[in-house]
Amino acid sequence: MSDPIDVGTADELRGLVRGIPEVRVAGGGTKTALSRSATVRVAGLRGIVEYEPSEYTITALAGTPVRDIAAVLAEHGQFLPFDPPLVDAGSTLGGTIASGLSGSGRFRYGGIRDFLLGVRLVNGDGDIVRGGGRVVKNAAGFDIPRLTVGSLGCFGALIEATFKVFPRPESYATLIARSASMDEAIENLQRIAHSAEEPACLDLVDRSTLHIRIGGMASALSHRVERVRRLLRGTVDVVVSDDGLWSESREFAWVPPGHHLAKVPITTSQIGALESEWESVGAGPRRYAAGGHVLWLAWPGGRPWDAVDRVLRSFGRSALVVFGDGKTVQHGVWNPTPFAQRLARVFDPNGVFRLAPARTGPTDHP
Amino acid sequence: MKDALLAELREIFPPDRLLLKKAQIVPYESDGLTAFRAQPLAVVLPTTQAEVVRAVRACHRHAVPFVARGSGTSLSGGAVPVAQGIVIALNRLNRVVRYDAANRIAVVEPGVINTRVSTIAAPDGLYFAPDPSSGPVCTLGGNVAFNSGGAHCLKYGMTSNHVLGLKIVLPDGEICVLGGDSLEMVGPDLTGMFIGSEGLFGIALEITLRLIPRPEVYFTLQAAYDSLEKAGDAVAMVVASGLLPGALEIMDRIAMDAALAAIGAIYPRDAKAMLIVELEGTAEEVEAERPKLLDVIRASGAHETLVAQDATERLKIWTGRKSAFSAVGRLSPDFIVQDGVVPRTKLGEALAEIESLSRRFGIRVANVFHAGDGNLHPLIMYDGREPGAWERAEELAGHILRMCVRLGGSITGEHGVGLEKRAYLRDMFGDFDVEFMHALRRAVDPLELANPGKMLPSATAPALTARGAHPLERQGIISRE
Repeated sequence: MSDPIDVGTADELRGLVRGIPEVRVAGGGTKTALSRSATVRVAGLRGIVEYEPSEYTITALAGTPVRDIAAVLAEHGQFLPFDPPLVDAGSTLGGTIASGLSGSGRFRYGGIRDFLLGVRLVNGDGDIVRGGGRVVKNAAGFDIPRLTVGSLGCFGALIEATFKVFPRPESYATLIARSASMDEAIENLQRIAHSAEEPACLDLVDRSTLHIRIGGMASALSHRVERVRRLLRGTVDVVVSDDGLWSESREFAWVPPGHHLAKVPITTSQIGALESEWESVGAGPRRYAAGGHVLWLAWPGGRPWDAVDRVLRSFGRSALVVFGDGKTVQHGVWNPTPFAQRLARVFDPNGVFRLAPARTGPTDHP
Repeated sequence: MKDALLAELREIFPPDRLLLKKAQIVPYESDGLTAFRAQPLAVVLPTTQAEVVRAVRACHRHAVPFVARGSGTSLSGGAVPVAQGIVIALNRLNRVVRYDAANRIAVVEPGVINTRVSTIAAPDGLYFAPDPSSGPVCTLGGNVAFNSGGAHCLKYGMTSNHVLGLKIVLPDGEICVLGGDSLEMVGPDLTGMFIGSEGLFGIALEITLRLIPRPEVYFTLQAAYDSLEKAGDAVAMVVASGLLPGALEIMDRIAMDAALAAIGAIYPRDAKAMLIVELEGTAEEVEAERPKLLDVIRASGAHETLVAQDATERLKIWTGRKSAFSAVGRLSPDFIVQDGVVPRTKLGEALAEIESLSRRFGIRVANVFHAGDGNLHPLIMYDGREPGAWERAEELAGHILRMCVRLGGSITGEHGVGLEKRAYLRDMFGDFDVEFMHALRRAVDPLELANPGKMLPSATAPALTARGAHPLERQGIISRE
């Protein structure tokens, strides 16, 4: 396969969409499974278009590294509350939207879909479509920004996005609760998820260890940590300088070399049953993030995904492969709806974006 | 064609759930935006999802337009019928299909009332965050169709942020399942695309809601200012301080007077503007944030500050705020509620311009708004009995909407475009984008049968005849936000 073509402007991107038969866009290339077959790279389409801290909004071009955005926001004590992953690795804004990925911090205020306010994208005709707006609240027109979240580029190539941002809590601490059994760890997770403690993150990082991040006013932090500690069973340690711990989570540093990685949306009560399946099929390490609603599953590279597919189907779940060889990026249940198909015909009448990375199941296109 | 459809509807619905007589249909002719009114051919009252699907398929087969309706509280005319179309009234499709506290989820049918969800979830310490003022009567189907907001959107977002999945029936009767019951998803966010589509993409049959733990404590204060501008500046100062309040609301003098007269709200009589700020969270966090907020309010030049000492006082502050609009009904026989958004930094400029427009037109305008979101709710007062009064009020409203667009905002923050603001969608998006949205609509609904005439331009526009407050509003049951 030939190298992707670099674009630096929206007009170049429009020209390419009109000029080449297959447009698959990559940003920073950090999600190997999703960017391996890219035909276009938008790394040159970068820069912050508008940032007014007191508006809680930031607008930037799609190829802007999330790292750059995070740095500018940090100067003003703000952050992206959905906690985008692979920031240090070089993920871009557009890639994060198209893959629909949020990090552990999405537990508190919501995921990327909850913070994307507006987009501009190039549709399959090479025209620029605008959806949403640049203000924090807007109910005018169809919510095209949300449609692009998780779309893998099948509705168009993103040019620009506007996000809602929040003030970053002034201090953080993390409780690490180690339990004697998985059941106890899951009970701990459930108890915290239903409490009024408002944790920023709540992740089960292995079968018996729960990480609970508390963020807020420095003067209240130790009291809040104590309250959470009282709700937990097992051994509890408190990490005060916890940035490294969460950076490991954000960058997937815990995924062993040679392993692929998939995101599997689930519900908390499925963790126990899923765990026995993963044990029996010899899966790699797992983490259950966002209060047990997102399973991050490491899978030994080179091994077929049949066993994963089987487990996912029996649980009615689907997976997006993030790290992998890109041959198949979606496993488990796939539910192509006429709603998505009808929308796709308008966004992409000629099928320029149609060959988005292959999925298993009855169709390779939503 | 109409007779054939009615014959088919008679097969689906018993006579008591197929309304045909004028007297039965009248309550469905209008919604919360009372200036528009149209007479449907019939109103059907399904009690099962299957009946909704059958009704939609029948309408599609006979190419007759239909409008889904909940409690009819739309402020943009979103639930106004199409003349000689069918109204599918969903209030009786109101089962809670699944309440799953362990996974913090509720799956409901569209006729379930907004606040009922929080009532059900309360024993587990959970609640459904979106809180439109009409919460005690409005339905979740309507909330989904219009992506309804409320007073706590800055921190918690709108309806869309709290809906994880949907089962929908497309306008031709096809059923789709979008999203699911997890906080996360794989594939495009079709749930998000459907929400706020104002009924143009079909009808939601089942809605999966995300529930969150109720905050442990609230700290609610109201601060009085001698000018609207100062109150607006105070909002900017609160935001700049790094605090993230659950709510930041402003009322002007006229709105306060109305609330005082209506419910004896506890507002100072000498203030020009009132700011309401609410912090929420764990006791320790709120305790730590409180002095910071009080410092900001002191520095902002508030001449009187009242802190709610208990739940009763908090409720009193909020009741005053949430009843302000219906209270304005006492000052004026008719009024139009606008819903534009401006960037927060332009609030002062926007309010000054509204004031000068009000003077120029000689029309009184009250202001009650979600200041934290820059979401204005100018209340334009007029007397519908005066010839031309409504038209002049609408003209003033149009100026305000265009100003919101010019300042970089939106024509609607939470009420939707509906019938009322169709003409202004092009000001915000331009011809190409509006035409693109229309193409999306036609791809999903080629015959344009689902709620035609809302959001996008259409040939079928209901007549402008009625005036006065919504009957439920007159009874004080609902209010406009």
